[in-house]
Amino acid sequence: MGIHVVLVALSIVFLIPLVWMISTSLKPIELTMTKPPVWIPPHALWHNYPDAFNYGSSKLGYIPFLLYSRNTILLCILVVTGTVASNAVVAYSFARLRWPGRDLAFAVTLATMMVPFPVLMVPLFTLFTHLGWVGSYKPLWVPAWFGAAFNIFLLRQFFKSLPFELSEAAKIDGCSEWQIFVDIILPLAKPALAVVALFSFLGTWNDFLGPLIYLMDQKSFTLSQGLQFYQSQAGGTQWNLLMAASTIVIAPIIVLFFFTQRLFIQGIALTGLKG
Amino acid sequence: MSVRKSEARAGVLFASPWLLGFLVFLAAPLVASVYYSFCEFSVLKPPIFIGLDNYRDMIHDPILWTTLYNTAYFTIPALFFGTFASIAMALLLNAKVKGQAFYRTFFYLPSLVPPVASAMLWMWMFNGENGLINIALAKLGGWACWVLELVHIKPPTWLVDIGPAWLSDPLWSKPALILMSLWGAGNAMVIYLASLQDVPTELVEACELDGANFWGKLWNVTIPMISPVILFNSIMLLIGSLQKFTDVYILFPQGAPAQSTYFYIPYLFDNAFVYHKFGYACAMGWFLFVIILVLTLVTLKISEKRVYYGGD
Repeated sequence: MGIHVVLVALSIVFLIPLVWMISTSLKPIELTMTKPPVWIPPHALWHNYPDAFNYGSSKLGYIPFLLYSRNTILLCILVVTGTVASNAVVAYSFARLRWPGRDLAFAVTLATMMVPFPVLMVPLFTLFTHLGWVGSYKPLWVPAWFGAAFNIFLLRQFFKSLPFELSEAAKIDGCSEWQIFVDIILPLAKPALAVVALFSFLGTWNDFLGPLIYLMDQKSFTLSQGLQFYQSQAGGTQWNLLMAASTIVIAPIIVLFFFTQRLFIQGIALTGLKG
Repeated sequence: MSVRKSEARAGVLFASPWLLGFLVFLAAPLVASVYYSFCEFSVLKPPIFIGLDNYRDMIHDPILWTTLYNTAYFTIPALFFGTFASIAMALLLNAKVKGQAFYRTFFYLPSLVPPVASAMLWMWMFNGENGLINIALAKLGGWACWVLELVHIKPPTWLVDIGPAWLSDPLWSKPALILMSLWGAGNAMVIYLASLQDVPTELVEACELDGANFWGKLWNVTIPMISPVILFNSIMLLIGSLQKFTDVYILFPQGAPAQSTYFYIPYLFDNAFVYHKFGYACAMGWFLFVIILVLTLVTLKISEKRVYYGGD
């Protein structure tokens, strides 16, 4: 009994900010500042959502939120595809193919996980400046197509757990390494690949620092960057619209979570426990 | 022989994206970063070697030490309360009661909120005038005043006006950040929960037979069994907190109020991309790397005798 009370109380504490966000997003601006607070607005202003999408388009400070959504989704597709494809191929090589120097290369790969990103921030920026990529999306998605230590590590663990007899049998049947990889191993690795895809999607959707460094043109910004504008524009913050915009940014993640709950939890436990 | 050779060829071929990516996006930038840290270097001019000057400047840079102090001021309590809270929540969620699937979802949801959105959300929650937290505090303060007046005690003035300005008050901005970080503790919680489910029930039952109560079981069986996970999570949380960027950068441009929330990485970012002191920013990056390395090694050393790695 006691434990139920605690669980319910904590659930309320955790959910209140989100409920309050949605509540604020459906109010007219006057109603956001009343005391005592109004939890359920008498008339839900659903048009705050389209308003947030077209915020100030006629006035100063145009925030093309729909464009930002499109940019973000495009970037996510490029990053997720690249991450899954490259890490799967590389991890397969580390897990199931023998080549000279492999174990040394893998040890070095693991060691690179220690390097904090801030150390690389400036040299990567100068590299992308030389390549003429600054101001484009390339610095944000091209590296994803070359693998990343943590994902290689994760997928390698999984590939190693699949029975090696599968590969042997296929080899006797005359399959090439590529065929074994694509036709036999990949279909079995779907759950692990899904975890990698999921977390790379989250990372890209949530990323703020990357776009902040590399995107220059306001039209190319992502949702994370766009959201920041609501606060800085035109003095008095339109809290109702800002909360509507925040809801728009959060909602896809929450929906994704409900569809992939099991995968999510497995993924976190996997990344945490096997680390 | 040829089989072996063709396998090796395929292996190198399959690994080639990473081998190339490693060289271009990791190894070369790492070397460059070390070199730049010994250079005066801004965007347009090529780097000029200046020896240890950047590192010497860091020692005399008061803002750098302020940001380091702020980062530590946030990290230590965040680590302590975060670890405590996520283990406590995982224990609650591991109890065999009805509706756990719902509670787990509710506890976990906040950690899914993107950092930018969570910064916006808490800016609203912590708003001094109309924020929900201060409205609630004012209500509680009002009740407390009413009770005091009933027994004829004049309520102290701080109680009458109890809500601080939170994010715009140098004294309260960092506690506010710690509260925010606790709200998103769901990730660590899920890892703890998974590790709790791996604790062998025979051990707990044996402990019960010996007459141990809840705390006895917790202290003598559960905590030792999950200690490797506590160590792992603590190190991850430590590294993450030291590298805090997005929410503080959005909530506190230039560490306002009064640089009380100027954190290390936002300062590094400003040095690189606002003041264009690339060499200095690299030196700051390496300094942070050394700090992280030392703290991690110290944590591992301290934990050596306290972490139980099972029989294997």
